[in-house]
Amino acid sequence: MTLDRNDVESIAHLARIAIDEADIPDYARDLSNILDLVDEMAREDTADVLPLAHPLDAVQRLRPDIVTEEDRRALFQAGAPAVENGLYLVPKVIE
Amino acid sequence: MHDKSIAEMSAALAGREVSSEELTRHFLARIGELDGALNSFITVTPEKALEQARTADERRARGEAGPLTGIPMAHKDIFCTRGVRTSCGSRMLDNFVSPYDATVVERMSAAGMVMLGKLNMDEFAMGSSNETSYYGPVHNPWQQDHVPGGSSGGSAAAVAARLVPAATATDTGGSIRQPAALCGVTGLKPTYGRVSRYGMIAFASSLDQAGPMTRSAADAAWLLGAMAGFDERDSTCLEHPLEDYPALLDRPLQGLRIGLPREHFGEGLDAETAAAVHQALAVFEAAGATVKEISLAHSMLSVPAYYVVAPAECSSNLSRFDGVRFGYRCEEPVNLEDLYKRSRGEGFGAEVKRRILVGTYALSAGYYDAYYLKAQKVRRLIKDEFGRAFDEVDVIMGPTTPGPAFRIGEKTSDPVAMYLSDIYTIAANLAGLPALSVPAGLVNGLPVGLQMVGNYFDEGRLLGIAHRFQQETDWHRRTPPGFA
Repeated sequence: MTLDRNDVESIAHLARIAIDEADIPDYARDLSNILDLVDEMAREDTADVLPLAHPLDAVQRLRPDIVTEEDRRALFQAGAPAVENGLYLVPKVIE
Repeated sequence: MHDKSIAEMSAALAGREVSSEELTRHFLARIGELDGALNSFITVTPEKALEQARTADERRARGEAGPLTGIPMAHKDIFCTRGVRTSCGSRMLDNFVSPYDATVVERMSAAGMVMLGKLNMDEFAMGSSNETSYYGPVHNPWQQDHVPGGSSGGSAAAVAARLVPAATATDTGGSIRQPAALCGVTGLKPTYGRVSRYGMIAFASSLDQAGPMTRSAADAAWLLGAMAGFDERDSTCLEHPLEDYPALLDRPLQGLRIGLPREHFGEGLDAETAAAVHQALAVFEAAGATVKEISLAHSMLSVPAYYVVAPAECSSNLSRFDGVRFGYRCEEPVNLEDLYKRSRGEGFGAEVKRRILVGTYALSAGYYDAYYLKAQKVRRLIKDEFGRAFDEVDVIMGPTTPGPAFRIGEKTSDPVAMYLSDIYTIAANLAGLPALSVPAGLVNGLPVGLQMVGNYFDEGRLLGIAHRFQQETDWHRRTPPGFA
């Protein structure tokens, strides 16, 4: 699998990661090499194999639908880059 | 004092030969004196440590001490520690002070252990050499121009250099066992779900598992007993009874059936490492164990499968780092998209970005079946193959890594070459099996490890086998030159 400049740019956009223009050829090469490694799986026929989600086939535990956590908004927001009146601040989204 | 086992330190504390405060000051002094050459700590917390040590001494005076009360240790910087920076080796979390403790941290603290600080690691645990850390590489105490392995390189180097008696670590594809092997210490990755992942910063949630890193299997047994057990705050943590690990150490090797996967002794394995492993196996045979060759052909697809599953899960887990709620935010974003993209582009290092991009690609529309689903099917093949092997043998042994530590910088330009240093360790993560590495020799002055993989929940058995081996050998007692 060989990825080109456009592929890298579109994947980086999906991942919301800014990458330097100058680094794109390196990413294209490294990602292509990693996908070549991954493609070795293709030699194994897995048509009738059940995918494994949990090694011990555990299922999701359920619990009663009751409130168990207290409100710790102030504590959690103490580490935020920008907060005002209990709200996280980001650049204006709607003009 | 720093060369004593945890049981010996515990006895010295109980006999009032030393106080926890004295022990803590001793290790803090060693860190101050020796860690400059290693860079194994990201954060040292002397005030908090001394406070915990005094509390431990008070507990002991009141007759309320347990076996681990007052023993110093350090946490890999992937575990959230309340009030202390938790960086995960990343610029993204350089300013992150956790508002809560991970379950593992809470349990060690409840046992009375004293935290000396937070240990260096590959960024977000993505790496096999500790070179991807935002805080710089960790140096292998045995030869300081060599890597300590990764991602728990700081944990391994600090334990090997006797800067801490024990450390926590995490293992997603070999991140406990590979650095343990390269630094000459004992590292155990428990069964998936044995130890709570709550408060352990997520990399690949279906693979991540925490475990102890110590000098001996006996020490690891003490640590595991304190760390492991059900936690309702981790939805994948298993409700399975704990064993009394320290009490189970002395079991005979007579009749033990050891399987050697022929694929782990083939092309790519360094000849001297292979010789060391064979010598270790002879120790078991002399003690009455039998050795037979087995095949783990599917496990040779573990690296390809891993480099789908781990990046895919990491791309999802790391989407939480968005520059909005905590962590790094870029300067003067022009709009919301710019804020996300530049915060992530500047906050993450190269390897983390590579893996997020691979994972994003693998999960993007139209590729799910070819990559993630295919990898989950290969996982099933690997798990079933182990199941058949455990019908015939009790434990699977082989080299932990293809060779001893490599030089710093040697593999950084070729990600795929770096990935292959985990070729023998990844299968246990994909299958969720417990596995450990013990020191098994020195090759040109660098340690090599013997890996043991056990059946589900066989941690106690693995520690017992490793302990018996350590009764017969002294590789785990060897000290890197300059750190005696």
